[in-house]
Amino acid sequence: MGAKVESDPASGKNRTAAERTTDREVVVTRTFDAPARIVFEAWTRPELLKRWWAPKSYGMSFVSCEADVRAGGAYRFVFSHPDFEQPMAFFGRYVEVTPPSRLVWTNEEAGEGGQVTTVTFEERDGQTLVVVHELYPSKEALDDAVASGASSGFGDEMFDQLDELLATPGASVGR
Amino acid sequence: MRTGAAGAAPAGASCKPPAFAIILNQMVQYETARIDASFAALSDATRRGVLEQLGRADASITELADKFHMTLTGMKKHVHVLEQAGLVATEKVGRVRTCKLGPRQLAEETAWIEAYRQLWAARFDALDEIVEELKQKEEVDGRKGRE
Repeated sequence: MGAKVESDPASGKNRTAAERTTDREVVVTRTFDAPARIVFEAWTRPELLKRWWAPKSYGMSFVSCEADVRAGGAYRFVFSHPDFEQPMAFFGRYVEVTPPSRLVWTNEEAGEGGQVTTVTFEERDGQTLVVVHELYPSKEALDDAVASGASSGFGDEMFDQLDELLATPGASVGR
Repeated sequence: MRTGAAGAAPAGASCKPPAFAIILNQMVQYETARIDASFAALSDATRRGVLEQLGRADASITELADKFHMTLTGMKKHVHVLEQAGLVATEKVGRVRTCKLGPRQLAEETAWIEAYRQLWAARFDALDEIVEELKQKEEVDGRKGRE
């Protein structure tokens, strides 16, 4: 009856958990059935990263994916999405690259309020626990990120889009 | 290497536009009714300003009216709409009615975290496939790097 049975994907082993741990930080965890060096490789080779970072179910696709994965190296990802009039760029710099256990990078596209992302890879019994920490510079910065989903961040255009979405029958169905 | 938590910049620009559409789409999928209810409340710039203001500190209706250069009556109406949507809670102490963020704000945070989690879950499902592929390739390539 073991709740940790591998063949049961709903049992929690492969469950992605997310939590706001402090005023300034959000943490995501997930276990992968592979050694840390393999998981790390998938995070650090741009041609691999590009295949999973922008989930297809979100309708996003990479326009370009440049990443100089070493301390001090820059990255720049450009995505397109049917809802965006023009492609969106995400960029920053790697602060730490320690194979196969730790990655740290900055997120600079939103200016100074950007968070620093730290990812740790902890291997145990051939499996790897991945922990993503996103640390914002202040409580206000994280509050703003949260609020932008609900209020202050929207321009009228965004509201129009939402109205459309809300008015579309079946828009609430799906993943 | 964005996590999709907040705004993205248009390629080639470095301003700070809100691009929360992706996560929001997810939120909408399970929050439709609730978001719909609060949309009227949020569709007004003054009311969004009031929420931002209350995010910093509680305030009386008089203070809010001053800050937004409105009459007391006008501000009362706005606060009422926000209160109906659960975005603001008010409490009258003596002659002063104090406004603060309402229960819906907490719900918004919960929804945000859930949308955020779903984004990562979708990513990680795709990553699972890549990891599986790499594992198999490593086995085929002959156990190099293994003990």
